[in-house]
Amino acid sequence: MPSKSLPMFPQAAKAALDNSQLRRNLGKATTTIRTKRASVVSELPDWEDLRAAGSAIKAHVMRHLDEYLLQLEAAVQRAGGQVHWARDAAEANRIITGIVRGTGADHVVKVKSLTTDEIHLNKALAAAGIRAIETDLAELIIQLAGETSSHILVPAIHKNRSEIRDLFRRTIAKGEDLTDNPQQLAAAARRYLREQFLSAQVAVSGANFAIAETGTICVVESEGNGRMCLTLPQTLITVMGIEKVLPTFQDFAVFLQLLPRSSTGERMNPYTSLWTGVTPGDGPQTFHLVLLDNGRTNVLADEVGRQALHCIRCSACLNICPVYSRTGGHAYGSVYPGPIGAILTPQLVGVKQAKTLPYASTLCGACYEVCPVKINIPEVLLHLRGEVTRGTSPLNPEALAMRELAHIFANPKRYEQAQGLARHGQGLFMHGGVIDHLPGMLGSWTTARDLAPVPRQSFRDWWRERQKGDQV
Amino acid sequence: MKKTAKDAILARIRGAIANAPEPPPIPRDFRERDERDRAAILEDFIDRLADYKAIVTRTDEAGLPQAIEEACRQHGISRLVLPADLPSSWVPSGVTVMRDDPPLSLAALDESSGVLTGCAIAIAQTGTIILDGGASQGRRALSLIPDRHLCVVRAEQVVGLVPEAIVGLAERATHPITLISGPSATSDIELSRVEGVHGPRMLHVFVVHAR
Repeated sequence: MPSKSLPMFPQAAKAALDNSQLRRNLGKATTTIRTKRASVVSELPDWEDLRAAGSAIKAHVMRHLDEYLLQLEAAVQRAGGQVHWARDAAEANRIITGIVRGTGADHVVKVKSLTTDEIHLNKALAAAGIRAIETDLAELIIQLAGETSSHILVPAIHKNRSEIRDLFRRTIAKGEDLTDNPQQLAAAARRYLREQFLSAQVAVSGANFAIAETGTICVVESEGNGRMCLTLPQTLITVMGIEKVLPTFQDFAVFLQLLPRSSTGERMNPYTSLWTGVTPGDGPQTFHLVLLDNGRTNVLADEVGRQALHCIRCSACLNICPVYSRTGGHAYGSVYPGPIGAILTPQLVGVKQAKTLPYASTLCGACYEVCPVKINIPEVLLHLRGEVTRGTSPLNPEALAMRELAHIFANPKRYEQAQGLARHGQGLFMHGGVIDHLPGMLGSWTTARDLAPVPRQSFRDWWRERQKGDQV
Repeated sequence: MKKTAKDAILARIRGAIANAPEPPPIPRDFRERDERDRAAILEDFIDRLADYKAIVTRTDEAGLPQAIEEACRQHGISRLVLPADLPSSWVPSGVTVMRDDPPLSLAALDESSGVLTGCAIAIAQTGTIILDGGASQGRRALSLIPDRHLCVVRAEQVVGLVPEAIVGLAERATHPITLISGPSATSDIELSRVEGVHGPRMLHVFVVHAR
């Protein structure tokens, strides 16, 4: 777990908001996916029933996580796979690096995986002299550009076609006559990657689901790069967060309906691969499954926050979020951006390390409404804000001010005196009927919003006058 | 002895959930079967395939060989990969046939221009074809590397809803399973959809009606 604090969200967001190209790209992308999602979700008369089932299945799995992981391990081993357990990122990276070294390969092909981003696997492999080649088009784009992902589903959402053409001309398509037509750009990536696929000895993937009853692992994707990695190399290494396990295929059928519609807004994604250990004559003959904790058991221990582990990484909450759709993913400083990132990251790395993230939200609740597994994100945000506050010194200025306010509000006389004082003093800070700047430390409240002034006549004044019979 | 990672993680999980109450039973009120008639289900299947830009030919057992032959001509398929056990009655004339027996090299598959397979089961609701390595399907690389995938789906293999197809997969899971919904695609560049990335760039489905 990184002990280093993440960048503060408000500062990072400000930089993102100043980038007008980014805002245009993001606005277009989030609106498009949002509309597609709404249309395919409305096709299903039983969508709410599927959400309820998905939510309940996840809650059940978390309550019995130890049993399902053991069942999964046994089933994978029976089918000829090897299972490893990793407490943290360093341990997972050590295991994976060791396996790759054992094969003698100097590079691996990778299926897009947030979990491997979370543990910074590519960096660890590079340190061991092993090159990781990202094969998802968007992941390839950001790898070539030396950048990081800004969206769970479309990591290069912040780049437009001409930026991508220029990048390809500098890297994988040197000397090629390339236009900025997406069809041509995708074809250039296909040519470059096909050579990699046909010669790769080792592949690394994440997992969308694992089915305990049979030991079957599932990866959903669109481009076919996943199938290439999962089928052609001799050795396959899958890294999976321990929360991804499902009991049965019957449960899997629920999530296979929830995920594509919530994620890409499709009835079904083009390709879903399922495999169980190894199969003679078809695909990798060596299979390693790495089960990763890396902070997840901390999340599981929090009775309000543990629902964040139900997440199936669809990204519907990002696309609907008024904050994310303006700032983009980089402002969140983590591989998990958006509303889900705002509740997952602080729990994985520790609230102290990411204390501005629980505030990166307007609490509008749209994320909760679209979440396919009904994670109550606003509830967890408020819970984490409480944690942040409990973690600060009782002598910090905000806490002192709040205590003073509580003292004033607790007594009607003190309250009215303060109101009278404010009514006389506020004129200095008012413009156009609102308070738009406050002095000193109070100023941070008014940098982003106006404050309504104390009215000339308070309810209490009005009530007293009414009692006197002066009013109707 | 030092605690293994497995013991440590299991102990942390057990500690984390020790006081958690048992969650309420899982409500399974969603639809598990499409009760409409066969014709309506098949119409849905064909409609969804077209929506993915797959090409669909409706035929019957007698018309299938000719339909396959026409498709090969139409798509300019000259070197056609076949799973080892594909019925010889489906094999079109006028193309170079590449049987996966003995197994073809990846380079040979890469030089082919198409593949012809059957399927295990198909889902109308989502236009999905499921391959499980069973009869007439071969290993996974066959339906992956060639650029055009011709796939024979018998009408009786088409089920209505996702759960109808998935629940039964548990018994077939010993072999890898692939769910295919249209040709490979990406929307990674400005969300404009490009069909045909790494998997086959074209999917042609023959829906075979029983007589």
